[in-house]
Amino acid sequence: MTLETEIEDGLASYNFAYLDEQTKRMIRRAILKGIAIPGYQVPFASREMPMPYGWGTGGVQVTASIIGPDDTLKVIDQGADDTTNAVSIRAFFAKVADVETTTRTGEATIIQTRHRIPEEKLTEGQILVYQVPIPEPLRFLEPRETETRKMHALAEYGLMHVKLYEDIARNGHIATTYAYPVKVEGRYVMDPSPTPKFDNPKMHMSDALQLFGAGREKRIYAVPPHTNVVSLDFEDYPFEIQTFEEPCALCGAHGVYLDEVILDDRGGRMFVCSDTDFCEERRAEGHRGHLSGEAMEAAE
Amino acid sequence: MATAHIVEGGFADPVFASQSVFRAVMDAMARPGSVLPIDAGISPPAPLNAAAAAVALTLADGDTPVWLEAEMAKNEAVAGWLAFHTGAPLAQMPSDAVFAIASNPAHLPPLTGFALGTQEYPDRSTTVILQMASLSDGPVLRLSGPGIRTTNSIAPRPLPGHFEMQWQAINDLYPRGLDLVLAAPDAIACLPRTTRIGNGEA
Ligand SMILES: [Zn+2]
Repeated sequence: MTLETEIEDGLASYNFAYLDEQTKRMIRRAILKGIAIPGYQVPFASREMPMPYGWGTGGVQVTASIIGPDDTLKVIDQGADDTTNAVSIRAFFAKVADVETTTRTGEATIIQTRHRIPEEKLTEGQILVYQVPIPEPLRFLEPRETETRKMHALAEYGLMHVKLYEDIARNGHIATTYAYPVKVEGRYVMDPSPTPKFDNPKMHMSDALQLFGAGREKRIYAVPPHTNVVSLDFEDYPFEIQTFEEPCALCGAHGVYLDEVILDDRGGRMFVCSDTDFCEERRAEGHRGHLSGEAMEAAE
Repeated sequence: MATAHIVEGGFADPVFASQSVFRAVMDAMARPGSVLPIDAGISPPAPLNAAAAAVALTLADGDTPVWLEAEMAKNEAVAGWLAFHTGAPLAQMPSDAVFAIASNPAHLPPLTGFALGTQEYPDRSTTVILQMASLSDGPVLRLSGPGIRTTNSIAPRPLPGHFEMQWQAINDLYPRGLDLVLAAPDAIACLPRTTRIGNGEA
């Protein structure tokens, strides 16, 4: 028996989208509560998935509970569609839910993500599913769940401001660049998952529905479309996103999130779009960065 | 005869039907006031309507006590049909219910009598499914809040008595509260607890 037929046989006995119907119902109920109470972490009974924690089992369970045969799925890790993690999750759903997959942001109805929000503006009807490792924004300030729950209950977020202010005292600015806390609809402080703070403004008043799944921590939360999402800051130290001095070396895009790529062992490097689909589409449209020719050769 | 009524009329294909009904409910909850068609091809016993029944079959199970408004509770066909197709136990009190279904909203107990969650666990609340004759020819409710770009409106009928006042009381409890599914026979709309009704700011 080949490995492929073994996988086929194994999955043949699985339910559509892998999870059993009772589990899906439980997760679906949690998703609805999350949408009704934006930013509040709804506990759910996370299931074992055929992949290790850290591979986005929370996001996978959310996607499995919402996905249907008419969906088109995109999966990104950082901004890329082609990492092992993204490829595996995409292949998993192509197999267990028989759905179309895509790398094009505009074609996807569901986008599962780790670390990034696509540069292309999401639209009404799209759903962004985040894989979240640590859903509790107060966890590093207060390890006890009973205490953090109380803080959320009372909207008692002074500690979080203290921590950000200590940051300023130490560094002259707020040094947090990933998982930068936000306040949702003026009520719940929420961890936007380890996305760069560059992406925080995209969460605010998004046209898309945003769902968050944390598998190991057993939490689901949500931000409905057209919802206020404000990054915490201070009047004298307003929230700022990262800025990049150069445009993307490949497609010339300004105002996008860039990754540093090492070109050789002599210190050669370039900055390119972290959102690979965005970059590819721009290049297909004829946009060029200052290293696009060279980079093509280096990649070959 | 009675048994056939109970056994028949559910989802022909539960896996795909519940997925598509769920997406309609999720979309309706994420975009309050939007009317989403429900066409699940099911035929529950009256007075339970098809959309309310489809939502119940999609979300309720042995873990979720369901409270039925008096007129439905005393109807053995409805109670039997729901029990057979969902496995959900009946809640004795509105405050014990994860889901509540009412065919006659005029006879609904006060909304604050349902489970409203706690400050620590506001999710431990009832989702109330109210059957509507129409979602478009009742008195117009102007809606705002999360999920709504500027304002939206919906015109459901019949609504429970003093509805706007009751809903204001729910808004005031936030994050505690409850969420409504308004179920016309062939379509639904949702009012999550965050939705404000009227022109006033919360
Ligand atoms: Zn680029």
